[in-house]
Amino acid sequence: MIEVRNITKRYGHLTAIDRVTFRVEKGEVLAFLGPNGAGKTTTMRILTSFIPATEGTAQVAGFDCADQPDEVKKRIGYLPETPPVYQELTVFEYLAFVGKLRGLSGADLTAGMNRVMERLSLGSVRQRLIANLSRGYRQRVGLAQALIHDPPVLILDEPTVGLDPKQIIEIRELIKSLAGSHSVILSTHILPEATAVCQRVVIINGGRIVAEDTPDQLSARLRRSEKISVTLKAPPANVLERFRTVAGVEHVMTTPDPRTILIECALGRDIREEVARFAVGQDWGLLEMKPVAMTLEDVFLKLTQREDGLSKADDATESERH
Amino acid sequence: MVYPKRTTPPKVNDTNAMPPVQAIIAKELRSYFVSPIVYVVGSVFLLTFGFLAYLYIVFTGAQAIQLMQMQGGTAQINLNDLVFRNLFASMRFVLLLILPILTMRLLAEERKLRTFEFLMTAPVRVSEIIVGKFISVYLVFIGMLLLTTLVPLTLALFSDFDWYPVLTGYLGMTLLGGFFLAVGLFASSITENQIVAAFTSFGLLLMCWLLAGLGSLLGDTPAGHVVSYLSFMEHFDHLVRGLVDTKDLVYYVSGTVLMLFLAHRVVDSSRWK
Repeated sequence: MIEVRNITKRYGHLTAIDRVTFRVEKGEVLAFLGPNGAGKTTTMRILTSFIPATEGTAQVAGFDCADQPDEVKKRIGYLPETPPVYQELTVFEYLAFVGKLRGLSGADLTAGMNRVMERLSLGSVRQRLIANLSRGYRQRVGLAQALIHDPPVLILDEPTVGLDPKQIIEIRELIKSLAGSHSVILSTHILPEATAVCQRVVIINGGRIVAEDTPDQLSARLRRSEKISVTLKAPPANVLERFRTVAGVEHVMTTPDPRTILIECALGRDIREEVARFAVGQDWGLLEMKPVAMTLEDVFLKLTQREDGLSKADDATESERH
Repeated sequence: MVYPKRTTPPKVNDTNAMPPVQAIIAKELRSYFVSPIVYVVGSVFLLTFGFLAYLYIVFTGAQAIQLMQMQGGTAQINLNDLVFRNLFASMRFVLLLILPILTMRLLAEERKLRTFEFLMTAPVRVSEIIVGKFISVYLVFIGMLLLTTLVPLTLALFSDFDWYPVLTGYLGMTLLGGFFLAVGLFASSITENQIVAAFTSFGLLLMCWLLAGLGSLLGDTPAGHVVSYLSFMEHFDHLVRGLVDTKDLVYYVSGTVLMLFLAHRVVDSSRWK
C-alpha cells in the first residue's frame, strides 16, 4: 500500500532523512518510532505529497507522491502534528467543511460525519466552537478530519499527544480497529504505544532507519546475551582486559560513565558471582552490580542515543574482538 | 482500486459534489462573520463613507447658498462634481487603509495556525484555494459597498443628479477594491505574520499610488505614459468621471489576475522548498 524507496530529504546542508526505505502492506499498522527531530514528520510530509523528496521515490496505493499528488491526496487521511482545526468553526461546521473539500456531499457527507463523530465520541460537542474545546477534544477532531472520507491509507503524526490516559486507550483501540481494512502509519516517541497497536515498528534516528521488525522480535533480537553493569570505585586502566579473563565473560564494554562497565555473557548464564568475586579480589571497590534487562524501551534508547547507542557498542565490541 | 473490507466504497469527487471552491468560500465567509474583523472594518468603512458624504454635501449646500445670494434665484449645483467625484476620490485612500486589514489573515493565518498543511494535503488545487479565498473577501467587500448605496439613494430623494457617473464610480470602486484585495492576498501569502501581511500590502499599494506622481513628473513622454498607466490613479479617475474605457478595465482585471497568479506561485512553491 505504501512503498518508500531510498528517500532522502535535504534542506540546504541539513539532511533531514537519509535513504529511508520501508513498506506498509494493506491492512497493516506500522509505528514510526524515534526521538524528536528524527525525521518522522518529514517522512510523513513526503508521503502526503506536502513536500517532495530530494531523492528516491515514495508511492501510496501505486501512485507516486511527487508526480501524482492529486491521486495520492484522495487516498490519504492525514493528521499533522498540530491538529489542523479552524478555531472559529464549530465541530459540526469544521467536519462538514473537511468532508466537502474531500468531495463528499449529501448523504455520503452526513454518513461520514456521523460515523466519525460517533467513533471519536464528538457528538456531545458537535455544536461547540473548536476554540473552546480542550486539547484532547481538538486532537480527536483532528483525527475525525483524517477519517471522514474513510481513506485506505492513514498517516497519523503523534495521534495521542495531549490526550488523557483514558482517551489514549480509546484512540489506540480505534487505530487497532482500523487495522485489516486500512493501512496506517503512526509516528510516536512513546514505546508502549508502538507495542500496543502496531504489527511492525520502524525505528528512525537522525534521519536513518536503524531497525525494522515486529515489537517482539526487536527486543528478542537484542537479547542475544545477558548483560550486567558493574560500577567500580577505582577501576584500573586495563579493567576491560582484566574482566575478559573471568570465565564466562564474552564481551566487556565501556559506558559514558568511566566507572561503570558493561559485561556480557551468553544467554542463560549467570556470572554475577564470578564477576563480584573477581572485582572484590582485585580490590577495585565494587559499588554496584545489576543485571541489565533489555526491554523494548532499552532497545529504543540504545538504537537512538548516540552516546551509548547500539552501533557504537557494536563497534566497540567489534574492535575488541580483533 | 477496490478495498473489499471497507464498509462504504470511496466516493471521490462525484460530478454532483459541491466543488471545493464553494466549500472554501462558504468557510471563509463563516470565518469572517464569526470574527470581529468584518464588523470593525465594515463599521469604519461605512462611518467614513457616511461622514465624508455628509461633509461634501454640507459643503456643497453652503456653496449653493453662497451662489444663490450672489446670483439670486436658484443656482445650478452639480452634485456629481461636488459630492460624488470628491467622495469617490477620497474613498481611494480609505480603501487602501481598510482592505489590507480584510485580506491580511487569508493565508498568513493558515500558516500560523498550521492549517496550511491540511489545505495543501487535501485534494484541492492551489488555484481553488486562491480563487476561493479571493472570492470570499471580494463578496465581503461588495457587501460593504452595497450598503454605501444608501447615500446616493437617499440623495436621489431630495435632489437631481446624473446616475451614470455614480454607477461608473461604483464600478471603479469595485474594480479598485478587487485589485487592492488581490494585492492583499498576495501579501498574505508571503508571510505567516498578519501584521507583516497588512503592511506589505500598504507598502505595495502606496508605491503603486506614488507611481502616478512619478508619471506626472516625467510628463508627456513615453516613459511618463507607461508609469502613469501602471498606477491605479488615472484609471480610477476616468471611471469616476463617467468614462468607461476598455483600457482601464483591462488594467484592473489584469492587475488583479497578476496578483492572484503571484499568490498562487508563492503558495505552490512553499511546498517545494
